[in-house]
Amino acid sequence: MTKREVTPALAREFGLSAEEYGRVLAIMGRTPSFTELGIFSVMWSEHCSYKSSRVWLKQLPTAAPWVIHGPGENAGVVDIGDGLAAVFKMESHNHPSFIEPYQGAATGVGGILRDVFTMGARPVANLNALRFGHPDDPRTRRVVDGVVRGVGGYGNCVGVPTVGGEVNFHPAYSGNPLVNAMTVGIAPRDRIFLSAAAGVGNPVVYVGSKTGRDGIHGATMASAEFDAATEEKRPTVQVGDPYTEKLLIEACLELMATDAIVAIQDMGAAGLTSSSVEMAGKGSVGIELDLDQVPQREAEMTAYEMMLSESQERMLMVLRPDRQDVARAIFEKWELDFAVIGRLTDTGRIVVRHRGAVEADIALDPLAEQAPLYHRPTADTSKLPLLGEVADPAGLVPALLTLIGCPDLCSRAWVWNQYDSTIGGQTVQRPGGADAAVVRIEGSRRALALTTDCTPRYCAADPEAGGMQAVAEAWRNLSAVGARPLAITDNMNFGNPEKPEIMGQFAASIRGMAAACRALDFPVVSGNVSLYNETDGRGILPTPAIGGLGVLEDAGQCVGLALRPGLDLVLVGTASGWLGQSLWLREVAGREDGPPPPVDLAAERRNGDLVRELILAGRVRACHDVSDGGLLVTVAEMALGGDVGATLLDAPAGSVPHCFWFGEDQARYVLAVADADAILIAAESAGVPAQRLGRAEGTHLTLPGGVSISLAELRAAHERFFPAWMGS
Amino acid sequence: MKAGVVVFPGTNRERDIAIALQAASGRRPRMVWHGETELAGLDLVVLPGGFSHGDYLRCGAMAARSPVMGAIRDFAAAGGHVLGVCNGFQILAEAGLLPGALLRNASLRFLSQDCHLRVERADTAFTRHYQPGQVFRAPMAHGDGNYFADPATLDRMEGEGLVALRYASPEGAVVPEANPNGSARSIAGILSPNGRVMGLMPHPEDLVDPLMGGTDGLPLFAGMAEALAA
Repeated sequence: MTKREVTPALAREFGLSAEEYGRVLAIMGRTPSFTELGIFSVMWSEHCSYKSSRVWLKQLPTAAPWVIHGPGENAGVVDIGDGLAAVFKMESHNHPSFIEPYQGAATGVGGILRDVFTMGARPVANLNALRFGHPDDPRTRRVVDGVVRGVGGYGNCVGVPTVGGEVNFHPAYSGNPLVNAMTVGIAPRDRIFLSAAAGVGNPVVYVGSKTGRDGIHGATMASAEFDAATEEKRPTVQVGDPYTEKLLIEACLELMATDAIVAIQDMGAAGLTSSSVEMAGKGSVGIELDLDQVPQREAEMTAYEMMLSESQERMLMVLRPDRQDVARAIFEKWELDFAVIGRLTDTGRIVVRHRGAVEADIALDPLAEQAPLYHRPTADTSKLPLLGEVADPAGLVPALLTLIGCPDLCSRAWVWNQYDSTIGGQTVQRPGGADAAVVRIEGSRRALALTTDCTPRYCAADPEAGGMQAVAEAWRNLSAVGARPLAITDNMNFGNPEKPEIMGQFAASIRGMAAACRALDFPVVSGNVSLYNETDGRGILPTPAIGGLGVLEDAGQCVGLALRPGLDLVLVGTASGWLGQSLWLREVAGREDGPPPPVDLAAERRNGDLVRELILAGRVRACHDVSDGGLLVTVAEMALGGDVGATLLDAPAGSVPHCFWFGEDQARYVLAVADADAILIAAESAGVPAQRLGRAEGTHLTLPGGVSISLAELRAAHERFFPAWMGS
Repeated sequence: MKAGVVVFPGTNRERDIAIALQAASGRRPRMVWHGETELAGLDLVVLPGGFSHGDYLRCGAMAARSPVMGAIRDFAAAGGHVLGVCNGFQILAEAGLLPGALLRNASLRFLSQDCHLRVERADTAFTRHYQPGQVFRAPMAHGDGNYFADPATLDRMEGEGLVALRYASPEGAVVPEANPNGSARSIAGILSPNGRVMGLMPHPEDLVDPLMGGTDGLPLFAGMAEALAA
């Protein structure tokens, strides 16, 4: 890109408002250079500055005795015992994934991996939360195919197992799919690497891939809405190279075993600009860069292009000068570029030189401190009136078949089977085997439990209840395998924050999430905000995706969801028959209506604590939380998981059968146990409502009144959608 | 048993193999970097799975030309035991140490799922702890596992008993529905004429611990540990 004259019009083109540009002029005391304008525009983009969301994010609880590093670092860090820490974060790559699904998703995985190994952790698990448009939209299939191939293509090659996640469909995501990728790594608790630069004179070192022209202004693109011209933005999507990432992981971890590194940061959004500005800023030092030393993949790159490139698989480090040769030898062994591109100064400024000229010279403090911060107006989110009575138009068995085969509940094996979930040899619970993935820590009995959760249709109907529910469901899914929930990462996906109703959704979701985090001792330790998820002025459903992490002291104690013959089924929690926003209402009665199920956080805590305690006492053989589709879908999934039928008891007197079996009341679990009576007694003494549901046996799911359906028929309905839709 | 595990840039299942070898033999294997040429003292060389050199030219093609492969060729020629798993199998085929080639899966998609393997030869160091005809479960995870050789080569291999493992149903039936990637004659693993070089696509190394859902893969490593005990 050739240099252009810097004018207010160009600033606007770069995404800076008139007021923001005025602030740039005040800080600089002159008209900024083309490169300086580029630096301001990306640093002050929504994507990098969180200017619309920061005031709200502060309301989230972030502390607990086991939290080592909360938000503000590359990823969150929690103590998991045995001198180890889990490092994790979830991050969106929504905008690129619509423009170029394969590379968008692949580089999303690559980016989040770097956030984790930057901190010294070996990545041990990937998860991803994917939301797509309606399957009937002709664009959806292409996006699903590309995203799934991209997630697999990257994760499989770097050799990190993809162990869990979500796939959902809704027309609101048709022009704006969500790709939220999460990585979890493990590091010694006392060997966490941070990004604050230190040591005036210390060398600034660039390692990894060469810099090209890909992804220039990606952060700005991710801060704008889509329209019909979006396809033209293809050149702003980065291209991933998972092979280089694999080498980079090994080289960085090898270097991290020495004492060479003072600070390290990956080059993610806004590339060299944000990594150098943040490292120097956090360390309260200055930084000088000589762009002639930057390894380049293309000829004649300008300073502007190098500073804004989002080429992948690159890291920036500050090294001890006396360890530079050790570091260089490691990167040469791994056949990666290693270049000293600058040094730290005491000026408090970033100075960028290229071909003998100073291309940028900006004071770091004002660049960070005077970054815009908006208290954008919020509109109250209206609540929907309660549903009246809804008659059952279908009958239990046909409704079950519809639900278990619908795109939101059918088997995801077609997706999961394209992701390597067993590499590492530590995957205790694979995708679909349990409510949370369970990955053992190599060489130990200890294991991590991992999940991603959000129910966007609840959030759309009531963002506060929806935010609360997303956190509660993550906590529940971890409890359902027997893990102690520790912390979450949040990925806030919303529409245009300049619209009061969108900011209202955001604020209400945060309120709900914060309440749940507090009640469940489940703090937020990292996260990412993706706004402007709109196409042609229509926003996505508010989607605060939650990535949850828990720990099991003994991996052998965890349970999956598969039934085994002869076990009793027990429901823990209350069944009020709540149909508002249920999948039954949408898929069977054809309505998206009513308020979502209320979340009783005290009941959530009490019920979950009991279930975990019973699991760890060895009294539960299988467990599945009750979520989308309600109780009957839960039991059917357990039956299919174990290839064992079940005979179910009548719904309790006074309840309406289709409400009882398909309602989506929260804080519930179905347990498969050897001795239901003893479990009911334990529940009663814990003050937890519980009831007998039936018994696992035979080859059919037999409903009250003797209606039954074979597992084979159920399985056929469950497994039909994806292969048929994707044509394989 | 002294085992060496070869690491190319992009290899990513070397830790899995090392865990399985240690579980079976009680000894940590030696990690052998792709630039090394000294294999003295080893009883077994394993080429693990991964994406050597990114699989960017053709799976295994660049790794097959690494310095270490000359040493492995000599090691095999001298009667040494060599096991190639997944990308390791692809490398052995590219290096000409095993016949045939691994093409894209018939579905043209990466497949990660469990498969069942029927043991066709139980008289090798690799398979001696299985019974002939026994079926065991193994995870698989590959995009290019569709075994191909021309019919004359396949006939010769069958005649010489060089097919070690075939994809089968859990009951042991070799049927198209149980062949996940389109491999010729459902071939999942093959042997060199002397029975000392084996390549297979699935990952028995990821099923050696009851916590991971089974130990179906352990006999492979236990068999080698016993046969090659030094």
